[in-house]
Amino acid sequence: MLLALATAVFYALFSSVAYRWNWDGVWLYRQQFGYGWLMTMCLSLVAMIVSIALGFLLMLGRRSPWEPVRMFCGGVVEIVRGSPLLVQLLIGHYIIANALRIDQPVFTGIILLGCFEGAYLAEIFRGAVESISASQLEAARAVGFDKVQTYRFVIIPQALRRALPGTTGQLVSLIKDSSLLSVIGIEELVQKVKIMNAATYKPLEGFLPLALAYLIVTLPLSYLARRLERRFAYET
Amino acid sequence: MKLETQAVTKRYGAHAALDGASFSTGDEARVIALLGPSGGGKSTLLRVLGSLLVPDEGSISIDARTLPHDEDGALIERRANGFVFQGYNLFPHLTALQNITLPLHEVHGMTETQATQRALELLHRLGLEGHEHKRPSQLSGGQQQRAAIARALAPKPRLLLLDEPTSALDPVMTGEVLDVIRELAEAGQSIILATHEISFARKVADWVVFLAAGKVQESSSASDFFAKPQTELAQQYLEGLSKYR
Repeated sequence: MLLALATAVFYALFSSVAYRWNWDGVWLYRQQFGYGWLMTMCLSLVAMIVSIALGFLLMLGRRSPWEPVRMFCGGVVEIVRGSPLLVQLLIGHYIIANALRIDQPVFTGIILLGCFEGAYLAEIFRGAVESISASQLEAARAVGFDKVQTYRFVIIPQALRRALPGTTGQLVSLIKDSSLLSVIGIEELVQKVKIMNAATYKPLEGFLPLALAYLIVTLPLSYLARRLERRFAYET
Repeated sequence: MKLETQAVTKRYGAHAALDGASFSTGDEARVIALLGPSGGGKSTLLRVLGSLLVPDEGSISIDARTLPHDEDGALIERRANGFVFQGYNLFPHLTALQNITLPLHEVHGMTETQATQRALELLHRLGLEGHEHKRPSQLSGGQQQRAAIARALAPKPRLLLLDEPTSALDPVMTGEVLDVIRELAEAGQSIILATHEISFARKVADWVVFLAAGKVQESSSASDFFAKPQTELAQQYLEGLSKYR
């Protein structure tokens, strides 16, 4: 019902604009489009792994018993979250990577994107870990768990479920944010569409399949996350 | 077992939960009841005696062996003890069985098979047959507390420490849990019990430590304490508790 209604509304909106749609260009560039999509997905997948690992480390750092480590990790999180990804990409690629003689935009892009999303994940993880009650931590001490065992058997399994909704949202964001990597010359999906639009003199056609290409991945990801949440569900 | 503490202090911020608590028990104390008003320091003393907390100052000895003050030493020490808390504190993401087997396997080095065998034996002994694979939320309060007792007993602890184990339970469940503790006491388990269940303490305890305001007011054999408490605070406490029973 809702879907049909939305389709009708969109159709009405689109047909009310005096624009002559021409899909030939999109069809012509389908292979490039597919290549861009694969690039986006591979980039995102690796950046997700980087961001989760980094988010976890930053979370541990912010809970560290040593003040300098806490301050450093807190500072990193605040600076990365507080500044635009676009600026981080430009500075990271054209200045830092350049100075370090790293001429691998894909590598740099993955690291920068992973850092950006990792800073957000760190706070999602920290919220989840800090929501584990003091009585659970005491029970973990009481059965004789050391710090590592406490994280492994008590904190992480319980925090995982609480972090899941926020983490999924962030991973969906990551896939979409990867579109900004076009500014450092990576030919991912958005860049491919821009090239296609320019080559075919059609400014809009490419963007509709582009949106669909993201939704094909982000919607199942959200669905999967809801399934996982249900699987981890237990009353506390 | 002989317990001895000297000027034990434990602070939380500016508040001293234990403020120079000193006492010693007789040489053969086996079931020690910590009594006293709420906020008097019972729970903190129990945790310090079990090495779950390290005191800020003072020393504790059990059978003339001084307890370590460093975190690593305390970890080794408390692995030899079993704890039961007022709020059960089972791990909610694990079944009753897993709550018991996980520490046996990970902390005490038992194989999965040995751990499961030991856990099932205890769950059955404590009347939890048929509930092994339930999560804590699927168990009643009394069942959860019995599962928690099973978890504490599983590694055959030198000392079983119970912190107001029945305070969150209704009278029927309280009865179930007290029966279990009584059986353990009669079977020779060394126990330290913080409680408000005076009549229960009178039945099972052989030594009483009475605390108020972070200090030990009295430490005497249970028979002496219940027959004639020495301090006015203890007299008032006992009178207040027995008013309606």
